[in-house]
Amino acid sequence: MTIIAENPIKTVVHPSLVQQKVVASLSRRHRKEKLFRRTGLLAVLISLALVAVLFINIFSKGMPAFWQSAITLDIYFDPKIIKIPEKPQQQADESENDFRQRYLAWQTEVGFVNFNRLITDSLQKILPDATKHRRDLARVVTSGERFALRDMVVADPAIIGQTRTLHLLTDANIDVWLKGNIDRSLPDEQQQLSPKMRQWVDQLAADGVIQNRFSLALFMNPDSRSSLASAGLAGAFMGSFYMMLVVILLAVPMGVAAAIYLEEFAPRNKITDLVEVNINNLAAVPSIVFGLLGASVLIGWFNLPMSAPIVGGLVLSLMTLPTVIIATRSTLKAIPPSIRQAALGLGASKMQAIFHHVLPLAIPGILTGAILGVAQALGETAPLLLIGMKSFVASIPASPFEQASALPVQIYLWQGNELRNFFEARTSAAIIVLLMMMISLNGLAIWLRKKYEKRW
Amino acid sequence: MSNLSLIVVLLVLLALGYQLGMARSRKVATVNADLRMHSRPHHYGMMVGLWAVLPAFFILLLWLWLSPAVINAMVLAQLPAEVASQSADQLRVVSQRISNLANNFGVVADAAQWELNAAEHLRQLKANSAIVLTALMAVIAAVGMLFSLLKITPRLKARHQVERVVKALLVLCSTVAILTTIGIVLSMVGETLKFFSYIPPTEFFFGTTWNPRFSTVGVGEQGNFGLVPLLSGTVLIAGIAMLVAIPLGLMVAIYLAEYAPLKLRNTAKPVIEVLAGIPTIVYGFFALVTVGPFLRDLGAAIGLDINATSALTAGVVMGIMIIPFISSLSDDIITQVPKSMRDGSLGLGATKSETILKVVLPAALPGIVGAVLLAASRAIGETMIVVLAAGNSPALTANPFEAVSTVTVTIVNQLTGDNDFSSPQSLVAFALGLTLFVITLLLNVMALVIVRKYREQYE
Repeated sequence: MTIIAENPIKTVVHPSLVQQKVVASLSRRHRKEKLFRRTGLLAVLISLALVAVLFINIFSKGMPAFWQSAITLDIYFDPKIIKIPEKPQQQADESENDFRQRYLAWQTEVGFVNFNRLITDSLQKILPDATKHRRDLARVVTSGERFALRDMVVADPAIIGQTRTLHLLTDANIDVWLKGNIDRSLPDEQQQLSPKMRQWVDQLAADGVIQNRFSLALFMNPDSRSSLASAGLAGAFMGSFYMMLVVILLAVPMGVAAAIYLEEFAPRNKITDLVEVNINNLAAVPSIVFGLLGASVLIGWFNLPMSAPIVGGLVLSLMTLPTVIIATRSTLKAIPPSIRQAALGLGASKMQAIFHHVLPLAIPGILTGAILGVAQALGETAPLLLIGMKSFVASIPASPFEQASALPVQIYLWQGNELRNFFEARTSAAIIVLLMMMISLNGLAIWLRKKYEKRW
Repeated sequence: MSNLSLIVVLLVLLALGYQLGMARSRKVATVNADLRMHSRPHHYGMMVGLWAVLPAFFILLLWLWLSPAVINAMVLAQLPAEVASQSADQLRVVSQRISNLANNFGVVADAAQWELNAAEHLRQLKANSAIVLTALMAVIAAVGMLFSLLKITPRLKARHQVERVVKALLVLCSTVAILTTIGIVLSMVGETLKFFSYIPPTEFFFGTTWNPRFSTVGVGEQGNFGLVPLLSGTVLIAGIAMLVAIPLGLMVAIYLAEYAPLKLRNTAKPVIEVLAGIPTIVYGFFALVTVGPFLRDLGAAIGLDINATSALTAGVVMGIMIIPFISSLSDDIITQVPKSMRDGSLGLGATKSETILKVVLPAALPGIVGAVLLAASRAIGETMIVVLAAGNSPALTANPFEAVSTVTVTIVNQLTGDNDFSSPQSLVAFALGLTLFVITLLLNVMALVIVRKYREQYE
């Protein structure tokens, strides 16, 4: 064709009227062809660029939040401040309960100790003009760190009287200031930190006392509102973990069983047709509707606890079920009937043929579908909001029946925090964690498919 | 969790019954060496295990279902007369308090003597109930196991029994999907009818003001529950999303299916499909902190007043999310169009783009329409992007640069983690949910019907 386009006249011997018309229109048509093709390529490039922009945007925002400013202090566990009785030991004649009560009473007493004094005393040594600005002094280290000191004393009271070098998280506003997430030229009344603080912080940062350190708090701590700098993902992570456990234990076996019945046993009639349409529809029902189901049935009728991972897990299981069923069915469908016929021909029952011969061959495909379903459930937010999981939970749940948050819900909660300068980065960091988990799940699914995929 | 340990014990019993049954069947087989056993040893084992566990498990379920109510009634019956004569609501508070005391949750110092007595009573009843349950289950499991062990003979069709149970289990699992649908419909219809007892349906479906005052001050001060502004916001955002997604998604599908070299196709397709796997909350955040301000600044640069959180922001980002739905589905459909049709058109001298536009696309049109409908239903039901980026202002407007609200956002706002569904303010969430369910159902069914019809054409 391109040859014709280059020498349109030479090849034509007796140009009829139609031919003339065609030849005349050729260059226009080829231009159109090129344009169409380029538009297609452009659409592909735009889509790829959107993926890139999305990831680069989130990662560039979130990566700095994995490092957080921390101050290195020599903390002297001053016996004059920490005046506590000896740590109780269980006596031989004491019951478990009495001991626990005594121990709790002792812990409460430790809790009354002013651990902030330890921090401010230590700060005073490195900040010569500190005594005049006591209020500022108390705000350098984020308030949650005093509990870390308390926990150290509770774990080992022998520490009293000794000096330890610790890395303590600074206040969230200091982190914002040092990372340049706030305009330094703003007038005093718009700054979160007092002029004295800013001078201290810059000096400490220059001296290397305040440094950016990898933020373990982000991974080890539950959410916090009183001490923003130490707010972490541990609680949400455990909540998501329990929910995924419920999904894996419920949705996957149930989905596989349902798919086996529908694909291998069910007679082809109106009822199974209805079931099939129903499952396809269920897969396309908006997720928020499942949240309504959870709110009215699981919480309203069955009186299950609000905000508990068990309820979230049940809702997500119902939501994932169609995905698992559809994936399993298509895997079963792809296994050639000759396998079944061979088993049946040798005298196996239908059940034996399927469970001993068909199912083992389908396992890679089923696993892939199950993993994709779990990944989808992991990122789901809307239904969880309706069953009360958007409430603030400041502890790490110890069982699926306790109040908890979830990773995507934590992202939702953090993006709404008032301290935008600090939490925009932290939210992006949480998103990175979530995306990493989803990418590894999807990667696992792809790897499984590549490794075990069979063409029949 | 004593119930959990009971279940663990049941699993142990299953294993034990399995082993005993296998051993017993082997013994029976050696004694009756002249007769062939009907089933394999593991079938006998499985049968014994099931006989040991299943009846006991049903007892456990029944007990868990009924015993709390019975125990509660027994505790309430023991209360002093002046307490017992209170209203049902007060009694619920009382029994909650007693159960807290029994679990050592409450402060013992504040409790009255009768409360402590009742708590002690409750604790005892619970302990007794646990003992009775355990004993009952043990007896039933033992009887079941013995009975089935003694039943083992060469003629016993153990495999048939086991397979029947397994099949029943499979059927049970496949009804869950149906039960879910029924549950969705029933729960939502029930709550919606309750809502319509406060607000007449006409006011809900045709009202043009959305202003559900949060306090239920009086019957006259119910607030306005007009669906129209929410629906218009939903349609506006979904429309913008489709305007972004259809051209992009369709062109991507056409290019990847018809033009792209295999290498590009094999890398670009999965990368674009990544967009479908990203959680919607991530899109919401992206819209809120990046796309919204960008559009606002862009609008300011060309003299348009665009809100950072607006229908446009939410729609554009949702469109990005939907691209892979349209591109993947359309790609499948375009590649399904038979090659002979392309060859015929090319043979007549049409250029490739003419072939695509005049032959391939018309043939694939029903499938593409189906894909678009599915994508539209996804857009209408999408929640998190809109919650974060649409601005949540339920005004009746067609201006995409203004903040709007949608059906899904309002559901989230009205159900604020409160499990008391008695005011129209929270019940309306179910009416909205039902509306949403019906709309998406219609779109899905339409899409399925169209796709099915199309598939029949070429098979």
